[in-house]
Amino acid sequence: MSYALETQALVKKFGGFIATNQVSLQVEAGARHALIGPNGAGKTTLINLLTGFLEPTSGAVLLGGIPVTRLAQHQRVRRGLARTFQINRLFSELSVLESVLLAVNERQGLSAHFWKPLAAHSAAVDEAVELLRTLNLLDVAYEKTRSLAYGKQRLIEIALALAAKPQVLLLDEPAAGVPTAESRALFESIAALPRSVTIVLIEHDMDLVFRFADQISVLVNGALLTQGTPAQIANDRKVKEVYLGETVHG
Amino acid sequence: MLPASFDLTRLRASERWRVSERLFWMLPLLAYVVFPDSLVLLTHLFITALFCLSLDLILGYAGIVSLGHAAFFGVGAYAAGLLASHGWGEPLSGLLVAGVCAAVLGFVTSLLVLRGTDLTRLMVTLGVAMMLYEVANKMTSITGGVDGLSGMVVDPLFGRFQFDLYGNTAFWYALAVLFALFWIARKLVHSPFGLSLQGIRLNAGRMPALGAPVNARLAAIYTVGAAYAGIAGALMAQTTQFVALDALTFNRSAELLLMLVLGGSGSLYGALLGTLVFMVAHHALADVTPEYWEFWLGALLLAIVLFARGGVMGGLRYLAQCVQRLSRVGGGAP
Repeated sequence: MSYALETQALVKKFGGFIATNQVSLQVEAGARHALIGPNGAGKTTLINLLTGFLEPTSGAVLLGGIPVTRLAQHQRVRRGLARTFQINRLFSELSVLESVLLAVNERQGLSAHFWKPLAAHSAAVDEAVELLRTLNLLDVAYEKTRSLAYGKQRLIEIALALAAKPQVLLLDEPAAGVPTAESRALFESIAALPRSVTIVLIEHDMDLVFRFADQISVLVNGALLTQGTPAQIANDRKVKEVYLGETVHG
Repeated sequence: MLPASFDLTRLRASERWRVSERLFWMLPLLAYVVFPDSLVLLTHLFITALFCLSLDLILGYAGIVSLGHAAFFGVGAYAAGLLASHGWGEPLSGLLVAGVCAAVLGFVTSLLVLRGTDLTRLMVTLGVAMMLYEVANKMTSITGGVDGLSGMVVDPLFGRFQFDLYGNTAFWYALAVLFALFWIARKLVHSPFGLSLQGIRLNAGRMPALGAPVNARLAAIYTVGAAYAGIAGALMAQTTQFVALDALTFNRSAELLLMLVLGGSGSLYGALLGTLVFMVAHHALADVTPEYWEFWLGALLLAIVLFARGGVMGGLRYLAQCVQRLSRVGGGAP
């Protein structure tokens, strides 16, 4: 059986600095897989290597068993690998509906259509509206993105990734900058996603990680320290030493 | 509880022709009646507006900065000019050929332009235009060099309407081409393709994460923009039956950028209004201070970029919002 997402001896060097060191990560299909580690452990670099934003120095990235190491970002998205960003990267001047429609159009392959107006592509519009409904964004559909509170914008960030109908969804600190009350709601939306979507989560809030994840990988100094179930990780002596014991982010 | 069916009226409304737009397109007809002696000038205005529209497509919608857009105008002008001076005088096919020539140049240079950041793009567009200028300057046997390309014979439009001395045919010809290409551009910006261009302008870094091939999209719109500019150049050549070397000058590219900023880039009407305001200001100021008119133009430009971002269109939008707010307060919302 092939993994939903896999890396083989992935290395990324920036000059003399090794940001990612021989990382071989396996993410099973349908998993809720958390990636934890202290600041500077190379979590975001790893995400950037997975999505194709960065090119690895050596090693391979496999999506559903097929190598995608040489593919550009947008080609990986089309093969079902979507991501959200740690800091919102949205379209400030577009309305929420337009933003999501933009993402849906891309997936449906409509974005090269230059003649009929947006509203005439009703399959895409219906899907965008459905997505907004799922994430409780329908009441602000016509608001401009920049006029919304950060927590709501965070939901758009997720809506844009979901519009790609990913098989694997990479969430880079989805609750970062969101007030606690709203982050609960946010995680409920994420937890409600179907199991057909494999989720890789980077998160600093250990409560959330241990509640949400069924697999945890610990990254330290760019290398994979260990991998296991939340119970195994919680009782791992090495993890306690280098990570949980020293700095518990929350 | 939200209703089961979501109201899409506002999404659909964005591409409908508004009353203000319909009225706007009455203006050229009005101008025909009011200024029957200025048809040549009005024709020049339409052609420049089309040229400005072409820059708006690539800069205003896709965010590609250019200081050398005259390259495409010039190529279109020389293509149409050379056809007409070598016995191919039919104007519509001339336009088409000119558009295709400019589009080919646009596509080829897009591969260079899209490589870099804004500064690189400014320099590459500038460089391409400078090289073309010198090519046209040097190849006197073909282009006429500084003397310009003359000897053009343009056939009657549809075989019936002779290009007359008063500029009657030229007026309707240029207006019709401007309107047709505006109509197509309007379709384009309201389509999924247009939305994806806006996405690229607003956040190019995010677009690949949505699955968008950013450079392919930019190359496409750059090619379309080049074709539009080429057709504008061809119109200029055909209606004046002459191509001057200054079709390719840096000054033409820079002035064009100025017009677009003046009118408000990122809005099709911004391009049209910017051209109108620029040309009217040019004439009014040149009458008052023939030698120093550019001083006042510079002052106007500063005022716009410092105090009225979004140019004339931005100002109009702001006014419309004020009126809306006032009427809501005065009328008492239900």
